[in-house]
Amino acid sequence: MEIEKESLVLSRQFEKVNAILRKYSHNVDNLIAILQEIQSEYRYLPEEILTYVATALQVSPAHVYGVATFYAQFSLEPKGEHIIRVCDGTACHVKGSAQILKAVRENLGLREGENTTSDLMFTVETVACIGACALAPALMVDEEVYGQMDEEKVQQLVDHLLGEGEKVDAV
Amino acid sequence: MRFENREQLEKYIIELKNKNGKKKVLICGGLGCLAKGAEEVLDTFRKVIEREKVEAEVEKLEESPHLVKTGCMGLCEAGPLVRIEPEGILYLRVKPEDVEEIVDKSLKEGEVVERLVYQEKVNGEVHYWPHLKDVPFYRKQVKIALRNCGSIDPQNLDEYLARDGYLALAQVLNEKTPDEVIEEITKSGLRGRGGGGFPTGRKWQFARVVKADKKYIICNGDEGDPGAFMDRSVMEGDPHSILEGMAIAGYAIGAQEGYIYVRTEYPLAVKHLRKAIEDAERAGFLGDNILGSDFSFRIIVREGAGAFVCGEETALIASIEGKRGMPNPRPPYPAYRGLWGKPTVINNVETLTNVPIIMLRGADWFRSFGTASSAGTKTFALAGKIKNTGLVEVPMGVTLRDLIFGIGGGIQDDKKFKAVQIGGPSGGCLTERHLDLPIDYDSLSGAGAIMGSGGLVVLDEDTCIPEVARFFMNFTQNESCGKCVPCREGTKHMLGLLQKVVKGEASTSDLELLEETAQVVRDSSLCGLGKTAPNPVLTTLFYFRDEYLDHVVHKVCPAHICQAMKEYRIDPEKCRACAKCARVCPVSCISGRPRVPYVIDQEKCTKCGACFEACPFDSIIVEWRKKEDE
Repeated sequence: MEIEKESLVLSRQFEKVNAILRKYSHNVDNLIAILQEIQSEYRYLPEEILTYVATALQVSPAHVYGVATFYAQFSLEPKGEHIIRVCDGTACHVKGSAQILKAVRENLGLREGENTTSDLMFTVETVACIGACALAPALMVDEEVYGQMDEEKVQQLVDHLLGEGEKVDAV
Repeated sequence: MRFENREQLEKYIIELKNKNGKKKVLICGGLGCLAKGAEEVLDTFRKVIEREKVEAEVEKLEESPHLVKTGCMGLCEAGPLVRIEPEGILYLRVKPEDVEEIVDKSLKEGEVVERLVYQEKVNGEVHYWPHLKDVPFYRKQVKIALRNCGSIDPQNLDEYLARDGYLALAQVLNEKTPDEVIEEITKSGLRGRGGGGFPTGRKWQFARVVKADKKYIICNGDEGDPGAFMDRSVMEGDPHSILEGMAIAGYAIGAQEGYIYVRTEYPLAVKHLRKAIEDAERAGFLGDNILGSDFSFRIIVREGAGAFVCGEETALIASIEGKRGMPNPRPPYPAYRGLWGKPTVINNVETLTNVPIIMLRGADWFRSFGTASSAGTKTFALAGKIKNTGLVEVPMGVTLRDLIFGIGGGIQDDKKFKAVQIGGPSGGCLTERHLDLPIDYDSLSGAGAIMGSGGLVVLDEDTCIPEVARFFMNFTQNESCGKCVPCREGTKHMLGLLQKVVKGEASTSDLELLEETAQVVRDSSLCGLGKTAPNPVLTTLFYFRDEYLDHVVHKVCPAHICQAMKEYRIDPEKCRACAKCARVCPVSCISGRPRVPYVIDQEKCTKCGACFEACPFDSIIVEWRKKEDE
């Protein structure tokens, strides 16, 4: 895993980072947008890139690290190719989002404390609210929303994501 | 085209309106309907109408109908929604296979497809409501902020213009001084729709009088309340009204630049806003010398990165500046020193969408809705255990009963109403006795809740109140930014105490400690997050104390939610003493001997359910503990 992480970073040689920094004119006011773009490129924020960004923006690494760890969107660990966000907003919570989360994790074979599958295909997260309260309980796979979930539909959905089953209707 | 002056715009709007009036098929493109397959319905309509054209039956259709993918129409529960205009027929749960019939009957013959319209049993008889304006869900609503949402294509500027879009801005730039604009907004009684309820005109006035080389308008679209989706719907469904409101606000206070701060969880809102800004710049409604005046105004979209505290205005400013979103003490208020140290007005999405129509129709018109202290309307997101989940807008002063049982259709599966949580994790839980309370800013704060942004989650008899309080506390504790001690430490302690309650480990003195801690956090936190975080706890402790006591004293969960209140027992009749349960028990609380039924030690049992799964003879009985006197 460590080797994989390193080679991922080395292979790209900060080129993308430089392009992103240029796009935001090396302005530290744009730090959040810069980190967002870096994360969508690398799927996480590698530590050496955070240091690199700090130097390029002429601020302390602590400043960049502080921002990167403050916001829930940023991850310092590699994330899976697909992000499954299980909504745990109020409406979803009272309609049983805990079971949905459990079912997603079980179907992906995640062990306790693990949020990303070992093949780096899927990361499972909870999110406070995706604004799909009328479809509770809901979850998002990347930018696609699936509503009125139950354990059976979760299984179908995961099967489909793993390339084994039929496509699942969103509701 | 680029509009150089007001006359040109007015002429163009009249032309657009003359073109209107022909057949239209509106398909709801709100999140709920999209997830239910609205896109396929739209595609089918497109195909069927194309085919009809080829088959030259167009004469019957008069003119080829216009297909529009709109923003949220509100009744998310019954999506995908389709509306036929100008008749105003509303079809629910439309599937691609229904499209032929709708085209044949409604578009060609002007008839109604009865099986697809809203129906409800009244006194055992099924009633049909084919027209949107008559449907009980819509009948009592007044759409001001949501006037265009669900009626126009949000990505088409002409559709906004056809409903007098940017006319208010044009009139303001031509006829009114900034002071007159502020006076009108003040007179209208518009108050901040983000939850605080501060008078908008006064906020603008503060920023107006400060002398500075630069000023800013910020639109707060960081709708972080779990259970709220009003602002999302407006940003997705009517983005131009926000831009117009911001431009008018900018003119009023003397700002040249505006920011819209949107949650990153709302990608569609970001997309629609960016497209709207582009179109508005091209048409001369944003940018330099707007409509030929000497007023210039630009708008930039900033995406949040997932932090609830950024809904607080000083934290939001820090976030736009690229820093950690931590709040700062006020004063100085942002109106004096805000974004990059310059005077800044922060208004919520809904507040800003109200601005253009107030300028167009006047303060008195706006005041004619609502109550004396809270003018106008308020949007609410109905969610939870309610029949008609969705997006609604009602005049201030309607009662909770009207909202939940009238518009919302009552409780799902005809269960009993228990409580309603207003204002999300910062709000309070209200009960049956508040159902006839007219909702406005002051009545809600009097009852211990807040308007909040308008999230309204209905809880039924199957909901455990202390568990809901724990859920909210878990949320606010997670989102506490850690800057001030009362919030950082206090929320943690409160969460710990609530966890004890739902696990059946708390004592009555824990409840007292919980109440006391809640009061300290409320009174001494730095920002709104900490000040309001105890609201759910305090209101539920006040209105549902018995339910807390059930958990604490009797170790009983009346709603059958808290797993710790379950009891696992072994049926001695069925037990064959195979010892499978004892082997899987992680806390070794099951004991026994060969040929004698095994026993679970209730003191040690953690209710994990492992024995239940392991028993081959179904001899483990799971029961909810009852109060002793029952």
